[in-house]
Amino acid sequence: MSDARDVGGPAQPLLIARDLAKHFQVRGGGRSAHVRAVDGVSFTLFKGETLGIVGESGCGKSTLARLLLHLVQRDAGELIFDGEPVGAPHGITVAGLRRHVQMVFQDSYSSLNPRMPVQDSVAFGPFVHGRSKPDARRVARDMLVKVGLNPDLFGPRYPHELSGGQKQRVNIARALAIEPRMVILDEAVSALDKSVEAQVLNLLRALKQQFNLTYLFISHDLNVVRYVSDRVLVMYLGRVVELGPSEAIFTRPQHPYTRALLGSRPSMDPRHRIEEPPITGDPPSPIDPPSGCRFHTRCPFAEAVCAERAPELGEWRERASHVAACHMLEPGSGHSRTVQ
Amino acid sequence: MTALVEVSDLSVRFVTREATVHAVNGVSFSVRPGEVLCILGESGSGKSVTLRAMMRLLPPRRTRIDGTIRIDGQDVLALDKRRLRELRGGLVSMIFQEPMTALDPVYTIGTQITETVMRHKGNGRSAARARALELLELVKIPEAERRLANYPHELSGGLRQRAMIAMALSCGPRLLLADEPTTALDATVQIQVLILLRRLQRELGMGTIFVTHDLGVASEIADRIAVMYAGRIVEEGPVADVLRAPMHPYTQGLLASTVHGQSRDGEIEAIPGSPPDMRRLPSGCAFAPRCIHAQPACRTTMPEPRWPSPDRMARCVRIDDAALVAAE
Amino acid sequence: MSQTATLPIAGLNDDAPPALRVRGYWANVGHRLRHDPVTLCFAAVVLLIVLMAIFAPLLAPFDPYKESVVLRLKPFGYRGHTLGTDELGRDLLSRLIYGARSSLLMGLVPVCIATALGGTLGVIGGFAGRRVNAIIMRTMDVFYAFPSVLLAVAISGAMGGGMANGMAALALVFIPAMCRVAETATAQVRSLDFIEAARATGAGRLAIVRYHVLGNVLGPVFIYASSLVSVSILLASGLSFLGLGVKPPTPDWGLMLSTLRQSIYIVPLSCALPGAAIFVTSICFNLVSDGIRSAMDVRL
Ligand SMILES: Nc1ncnc2c1ncn2[C@@H]1O[C@H](COP(=O)(O)OP(=O)(O)OP(=O)(O)O)[C@@H](O)[C@H]1O
Ligand SMILES: Nc1ncnc2c1ncn2[C@@H]1O[C@H](COP(=O)(O)OP(=O)(O)OP(=O)(O)O)[C@@H](O)[C@H]1O
Ligand code: SF4
Ligand SMILES: [Mg+2]
Ligand SMILES: [Mg+2]
Repeated sequence: MSDARDVGGPAQPLLIARDLAKHFQVRGGGRSAHVRAVDGVSFTLFKGETLGIVGESGCGKSTLARLLLHLVQRDAGELIFDGEPVGAPHGITVAGLRRHVQMVFQDSYSSLNPRMPVQDSVAFGPFVHGRSKPDARRVARDMLVKVGLNPDLFGPRYPHELSGGQKQRVNIARALAIEPRMVILDEAVSALDKSVEAQVLNLLRALKQQFNLTYLFISHDLNVVRYVSDRVLVMYLGRVVELGPSEAIFTRPQHPYTRALLGSRPSMDPRHRIEEPPITGDPPSPIDPPSGCRFHTRCPFAEAVCAERAPELGEWRERASHVAACHMLEPGSGHSRTVQ
Repeated sequence: MTALVEVSDLSVRFVTREATVHAVNGVSFSVRPGEVLCILGESGSGKSVTLRAMMRLLPPRRTRIDGTIRIDGQDVLALDKRRLRELRGGLVSMIFQEPMTALDPVYTIGTQITETVMRHKGNGRSAARARALELLELVKIPEAERRLANYPHELSGGLRQRAMIAMALSCGPRLLLADEPTTALDATVQIQVLILLRRLQRELGMGTIFVTHDLGVASEIADRIAVMYAGRIVEEGPVADVLRAPMHPYTQGLLASTVHGQSRDGEIEAIPGSPPDMRRLPSGCAFAPRCIHAQPACRTTMPEPRWPSPDRMARCVRIDDAALVAAE
Repeated sequence: MSQTATLPIAGLNDDAPPALRVRGYWANVGHRLRHDPVTLCFAAVVLLIVLMAIFAPLLAPFDPYKESVVLRLKPFGYRGHTLGTDELGRDLLSRLIYGARSSLLMGLVPVCIATALGGTLGVIGGFAGRRVNAIIMRTMDVFYAFPSVLLAVAISGAMGGGMANGMAALALVFIPAMCRVAETATAQVRSLDFIEAARATGAGRLAIVRYHVLGNVLGPVFIYASSLVSVSILLASGLSFLGLGVKPPTPDWGLMLSTLRQSIYIVPLSCALPGAAIFVTSICFNLVSDGIRSAMDVRL
């Protein structure tokens, strides 16, 4: 299948993020401080894959997603979409980027205009991209059919007249209405009931095939991420701690945090319950995060070097590389458990 | 052993100008001392309303409650104001999903726990203060001494939840009602709080009703689970049995659609459709419109509870065949 | 694309519950209003007053300007003057009926002007960047610092009485409050995800404001405006009472109150009439606006 929009060819990654950073200024207790929401994140997103992003609340997943769409301005770093730098003189414009990348938000209700029939919400995208109103409305109705909603029945309704799952379908239709190449799903199924979540996951899967999409799938539910993703990126306090193919991460996690995260999943088997929590304590605040390795305050293996120096995310070469940022994996780092 | 909690045929309706919401429709269950009953169900199935009814926390003017609730022999629905106050916070405590709504933002954690202890136990201030410290240590708050002087907003989510648990335990309740206390927490913190709750419950011998929509959480903490759908308990039994061999089609569907280690190559078996509108419940089994096994009989009358074995209940006309299917 | 679009999930396109009746938001508000007898009652009174103002020439039994030395301050029912006469011998009933015109004008026009100007400023302030917002809102704060009555008196005093100036003064008084309400509502809407989603689809600011912000801001602004009408009527009467609003001999309730005041011991009942008219009108507007507020508030 060839796609006229595919400028760089199949080998060219769809999106490359290099050292993205976003620091929010906040006022706390009179003095101002910086929230290091995203602090030097790099990754590569290949065409047609699903990259899962996991991490605990406040680790910067949503901020990263919004950076990718330029909904917030980045403080540092570089973004390359299909070989073209975003916002650079010879690259692709932000408006151009938004034609190709769309987003579905977690809160299905607040992401729809409460005073607009849902079909108009879906039609809005095509409309602002220059289609006539009836034309945009027709696209919207087609899209509603594609997400499994009867446009005659549901199109004229307002968001408060739909269930959570139906609203999220509308949001997906809205994102797909301008035929993007990539969709960022920011906790798109997290607020749904399990039975509905499964429907939406199946739908996302079918749509991906049908429209040849690339997904960035953000979630805190590890089981769902495992089911959906080809590769997984684990974040902790604004940094990437581990990146690799989904199977490798879930069967052979390397970073102590990833291991703890995986070990914290409830067992689903009442006869083999978790007796000891894998790690203790809460994630620290992203304001003035810990020095060195940000995980050292909770890491069972932390040593002096961990507080001094930040570990490097190992060398990432190709699609199947599995890398993690931990001194134990870095030969010659000075950590006593370093693998040889 | 006699039951600590006995709820029979509880119904709760909310009457508003526009419509009547049938939030709970004939729920019966019992909890023995020291037992954890998990109420499992999707959003809007009436879990929170059931708990709130047991504490009589629902707005009295718009709410119609029928049935009986007996806690430790007392008929809760008949209690007067003073006895009700003694019940809340004394015999029964409740913890919520969002601790910020239960903790008072203008007082320190220490003050709040101390006041509660003084009010219910009649202790002196210093004794109550010592008890507060003891409680914070019990719930494993690090540097408990220092945390006593913190305001709720100065604590992280996990610590806040622990502080609320400490407060709930301050008067030695015999029954703990927990409404999704770990849902808002991060995975690594959630498991810590679950293990803590499990340990405390065992040590203190509290009967516990734990509401959740997460099968995994239920499997970590429950002795028995009751699955709710559209304001009714559709299945009940020991947690291991229900999870291993669910009988009601809804429970089966829920288990199949919960993602846990399914193969990436296939689709997830989702339950089609969406939960019913609680303002206009269908006359028969509320799950019938979504049920692949539904028969004409399902749509006319709500099936009566059936007991395939002494400790398992399910409300489905097909229960004999379903039990067979599951047993295969 | 090779595959045909088969529906990925069975049973979704179902006939499924067309929930309760499908109504638009405004249809819903209308439905609720129609089932609120109290609001309907007061709305009917408001309508009567408006009709009375429009058809004043048909309804008034006498010429409201015709003075008569012999008919001064006559009691109720004197020679066909149902409500008596005032200190210049003019028929009170006719003057009350005609007075509704200026009172309503003074109630509605300033509010409309303030809604248009203040609302626009507020939406701009709420949606534009931090700097524009600061400029607009700090300017408004300066006006906000004065009590509204004082401000109205000061402005119309400076511009020198008259109906038009009175309206302008009142409009100026209401603009900051209106602007504040619109700004708050806009800022609230702006922080919601659907605005972000609209930005993500590549829409420009104008399109977002036009299609997504206005509809959501109009509600609160309208509610607030409707509650201002009664305030405006009262303030306008106050201005006329002080001689700063409508000029004599134009019939106006506030003015009538002011001039009849001197005769309070001779015809106490007549004296109370314009006051009662002001009171009833403003209360009715207030209650109607309350009704609209509660009808618009609830979201099913
Ligand atoms: N506009 C903002 N101003 C200030 N701080 C912000 C802003 N947006 C996000 N933050 C902070 O940045 C950090 C990362 O937030 P973000 O929303 O990206 O987290 P997240 O990983 O998406 O978490 P969650 O799982 O809860 O959605 C948080 O500490 C948050 O408080
Ligand atoms: N005070 C109230 N007035 C009217 N309806 C209510 C009220 N409280 C709850 N309901 C309705 O009762 C039904 C059951 O609500 P409940 O809060 O028990 O659900 P739940 O099972 O706790 O769901 P969740 O998982 O979302 O907390 C819902 O349809 C809800 O809208
Ligand atoms: S670098 Fe040190 S603190 Fe960080 S994860 Fe590795 S061992 Fe733990
Ligand atoms: Mg987020
Ligand atoms: Mg609830």
